[in-house]
Amino acid sequence: MNRINQKLEEDKKLLSIYFTAGYPQLEDTVPIIEKLQESGVDLLEIGLPFSDPLADGPTIQKSSTQALKNGMTTEKLFEQLKNIRKTVHIPLIIMGYFNPILQYGVENFCKKCSEIGVDGLIIPDLPADVFHDEYKAIFEKYGLINVFLITPQTSEERVRFIDKVSNGFIYMVSSASVTGAKNTFGDIQTDYFKRIAHMNLNAPQIVGFGISNKETFNSATQHAKGAIIGSAFIKFIKEHPIEDIDVFVKTIR
Amino acid sequence: MSYNINNKGYYGEFGGAYIPEMLYPNVEELRQNYLKVMAEPEFQNEFQQLLKDYVGRPSPLYFAERLSEEYGAKIYLKREDLNHTGAHKINNTIGQILMAQRLGKNRIIAETGAGQHGVATATVCALMGIECVVYMGEIDIARQAPNVARMKMLGAEVRPALSGSRTLKDATNEAIRDWINNPVDTHYIIGSAIGPHPYPDMVTRFQSIISEEIKWQLKEKEGRENPDYVIACIGGGSNAAGAYYHFLDNPDVGIVAIEAAGKGINSGESAATSVLGKEGIIHGCKTLLMQTDDGQITEPYSISAGLDYPGVGPLHAHLYRSGRGEFYSITDDDAMKAGLELSKTEGIIPAIESAHALAVFKHKTFKENDVVVINLSGRGDKDLNTYIDYFNL
Ligand SMILES: Cc1ncc(COP(=O)(O)O)c(C=O)c1O
Repeated sequence: MNRINQKLEEDKKLLSIYFTAGYPQLEDTVPIIEKLQESGVDLLEIGLPFSDPLADGPTIQKSSTQALKNGMTTEKLFEQLKNIRKTVHIPLIIMGYFNPILQYGVENFCKKCSEIGVDGLIIPDLPADVFHDEYKAIFEKYGLINVFLITPQTSEERVRFIDKVSNGFIYMVSSASVTGAKNTFGDIQTDYFKRIAHMNLNAPQIVGFGISNKETFNSATQHAKGAIIGSAFIKFIKEHPIEDIDVFVKTIR
Repeated sequence: MSYNINNKGYYGEFGGAYIPEMLYPNVEELRQNYLKVMAEPEFQNEFQQLLKDYVGRPSPLYFAERLSEEYGAKIYLKREDLNHTGAHKINNTIGQILMAQRLGKNRIIAETGAGQHGVATATVCALMGIECVVYMGEIDIARQAPNVARMKMLGAEVRPALSGSRTLKDATNEAIRDWINNPVDTHYIIGSAIGPHPYPDMVTRFQSIISEEIKWQLKEKEGRENPDYVIACIGGGSNAAGAYYHFLDNPDVGIVAIEAAGKGINSGESAATSVLGKEGIIHGCKTLLMQTDDGQITEPYSISAGLDYPGVGPLHAHLYRSGRGEFYSITDDDAMKAGLELSKTEGIIPAIESAHALAVFKHKTFKENDVVVINLSGRGDKDLNTYIDYFNL
């Protein structure tokens, strides 16, 4: 069974962290992954930086620009992750925009992920429909899970379609916005979390965008299986040494 | 071979809608409604009326006698430069503002590079009394001060795009992010035949008034509807798409596309996307785009701000791949000379974008009786400073 599915079966709320590969320093990728695992994080999203991340807010944009300046490339990331399964056993997901993956070759990319032991992908600008028609077979061949997003504006019919094509979890975008940290969630978010929870979907939901602290983590996971922290972690890692990552994680749960 | 969009939103292998889920409801709403709305008689009436009374259409098809003598062909200029706001861009913004109203939107966003599309958008928003936010790269804001001032006079808010390379592609990213953040009340008026389906097709249809007019105007002047060649410059490709539209399926009409070579195709400072680009995804569209081997989008260069987009509309990628279009790349120097030449021989100062199309005569020879239509997409007022600097005027 894929590590992601195994993790989803555990009887606990999952904490997932997103970070940009090659940031703050090019060679930080692996030490950050190892330290996040040691700090008890359940799931990791490794951001493959892109020049034009159009679903991201300023924090992730800046980290991506810096990572590219540092020399991060697709090939470089695969090289860094080559031996990652010797030390890391938690699920790893690569999150990246479609163009770099297309240039690498979708099949090559998937093959490489499976060789390394990456468990899944999140490609925000590869719509579920296109994936379903053109790429699903390749992902299945390499045992990779593809994760799709839903938002408060996603119609019920489409949520059901996305649920049907999902074989891991659904990435539930907390509000109509690009990525970025928020301090609290309002009634609109809570109602949306509840509405989706009541749909009894097959795929568990993990909430992302705007999770930054204990409060937002708790309110997101009240109705969902877990939550993903991105921008808030990137801000932290920009200013703190990797050894202090457990301090950050302890403030969340 | 068809040059129209298919029911999945592709021209051949190019096009589609590679958008994050956050944009899906908006783009889907547009996709489901755009053809229906455009077919409504009441929409058409209002669109045509505004094009006539407000934009000043039809734009003349002018026989350029002295230019024709010089190059030994019958050269006609389609005078989009005489439109209100000085370029073809307004054909599209009029169409899209009416579309936005039909979809119940009360806030407009747009991206702009040189500021022409920003001005055209701010203009129609002023006309309709609708809130308007224009994203413009921080670097372009500094380079294009008069257009920034125009947009402000027209009541638009100009927001600097501070991310990435701080030019047109980043302004487009910012506009898309704004749309993600405002998914209910906002319509995004894209300025060229680019972006996710249905934008390339919608923009092309609004611009197709250009070739529709060429047909009857040419009939009056030459006794035939079809020229031997239609020539246009390509940034994202909206003026070209409009000028080609009604001729695409007629193999007797040569389609000629002019891209900006900047300082030369191999200089590292160029915007000749069809030559330098590879297939990829930009702003929600699968097309040819300039990028690194690693799939990072690179920054193009042209002396003309309206042509330095790293991608090209999917229709044009298809015209290139299929061989239907004949593509040329024109350097800054050749374009500037052609701009000066038109000024001196015909008394028309063209936009530097359009001057690229005029430079075709240096690269392609025509037969004496060839009827050649060049789409003069805009006037040179906005480029005066560039002309002054270049020629030490
Ligand atoms: C006068 C003029 N011509 C051409 C263009 C290029 O755009 P497109 O290729 O969409 O016609 C621009 C863009 O700003 C323009 O202002």
